[in-house]
Amino acid sequence: MAEFSLPANSKISDKGKSYPAPAGASRTKTFRIYRWSPDDGQNPRYDSYTIDLDDCGPMVLDALIKIKGEIDPTLTFRRSCREGICGSCSMNIDGTNTLACTLAIEDVKGDVKITPLPHMQVVKDLVPDMTHFYAQYASIKPWLQTVTPAPAMKERVQSPQDREKLDGLYECILCACCSTSCPSYWWNSDRFLGPAILLQAYRWLADSRDEMTGERLDQLEDPFRLYRCHTIMNCANVCPKGLNPAKAIAEIKKMMVSRSV
Amino acid sequence: MATDFQSASGLKRVRGLGSARSGAHHWWLQRVTAAGNLVLLIWFVASVLMLPNLSHSGVTAWIAQPLVAVPLILLIFSTFWHARLGVQVMIEDYVHAEGLKLLAFIALNFFILAAGAVATFSVLAIAFGA
Ligand code: SF4
Ligand code: SF4
Ligand code: FES
Repeated sequence: MAEFSLPANSKISDKGKSYPAPAGASRTKTFRIYRWSPDDGQNPRYDSYTIDLDDCGPMVLDALIKIKGEIDPTLTFRRSCREGICGSCSMNIDGTNTLACTLAIEDVKGDVKITPLPHMQVVKDLVPDMTHFYAQYASIKPWLQTVTPAPAMKERVQSPQDREKLDGLYECILCACCSTSCPSYWWNSDRFLGPAILLQAYRWLADSRDEMTGERLDQLEDPFRLYRCHTIMNCANVCPKGLNPAKAIAEIKKMMVSRSV
Repeated sequence: MATDFQSASGLKRVRGLGSARSGAHHWWLQRVTAAGNLVLLIWFVASVLMLPNLSHSGVTAWIAQPLVAVPLILLIFSTFWHARLGVQVMIEDYVHAEGLKLLAFIALNFFILAAGAVATFSVLAIAFGA
């Protein structure tokens, strides 16, 4: 059955540390950050860091980098591009999955509470284990597949109209904010592919150059892989790139019906 | 970290037993029976409201007419079928132990068939004056 309570060693302890604001800071903000390390045998905790906003960049990621660089080098998180394009800084900030690098600190009221993406195994602090998510991505064969051999010496052409059908799909950065906000993915991620991967699957179903549409649909037609989506729409609400995975999933379901009715 | 998350490439676990290649029919029937429920329920509620009296003899006489008994049986089919499809989805969502899940599916089908048969028989009994 679905488990609704946390295992004993996942319960948040109240032994969190607190780092006060530097002397003389006038504009301060407190970050309450989930901490857990696989090495010390301790339960997870929240550490509080109060920083001087006049001495920090505008985004939540700027604050995390400042905390790691100046206050506590043990704080662990992923980041790379710091401009919303690599998808590595996804985490739950103020109760919503989003990218730390594109969320302004001033858009968060009160203390900034940060936890890892929900319902993922934690590697350390804010770093979730993405192994399963990436394996799910690999399973949909996210590349162009054709029967026709590649044309000699030139690219496969696509009309501007057909190219437009990939808008709203190709922008996905695989940050997993959507999948880890989906209750169906929480309960059944072992078999449900989740919104991110299904949006990616539709990206190839919608590509005029791809010739494996039927085979792709065969692989998706499954009570768990596809049909665990119950159109709850959390995915569309949360996507930091403004995409709508629920709509892509609905399109896949339409394709399923049109090939059998 | 749970060990099964680290097994092989991870892809072994995701590919699992392969795609069941079913689900589209179930999804489509859920929509069709929902449409059927809507139409038939509106008919049923409107007709009951328009009955001159709700006495036992008045209602049974109403049900005994062919043009009432037949849609009523269709309503029974549609709602029970829809309920079966819907409860199956809930079981798939929340029951993860394979044995328990199988038992739940069997119990669900037996219950729906039995309850649907009783309901249908009741209408027929009235219609044929048993
Ligand atoms: S659809 Fe949006 S939220 Fe989901 S993985 Fe792609 S970019 Fe991230
Ligand atoms: S619409 Fe589907 S995929 Fe998106 S959050 Fe809801 S159940 Fe999950
Ligand atoms: S650091 Fe690349 S998306 Fe945030």
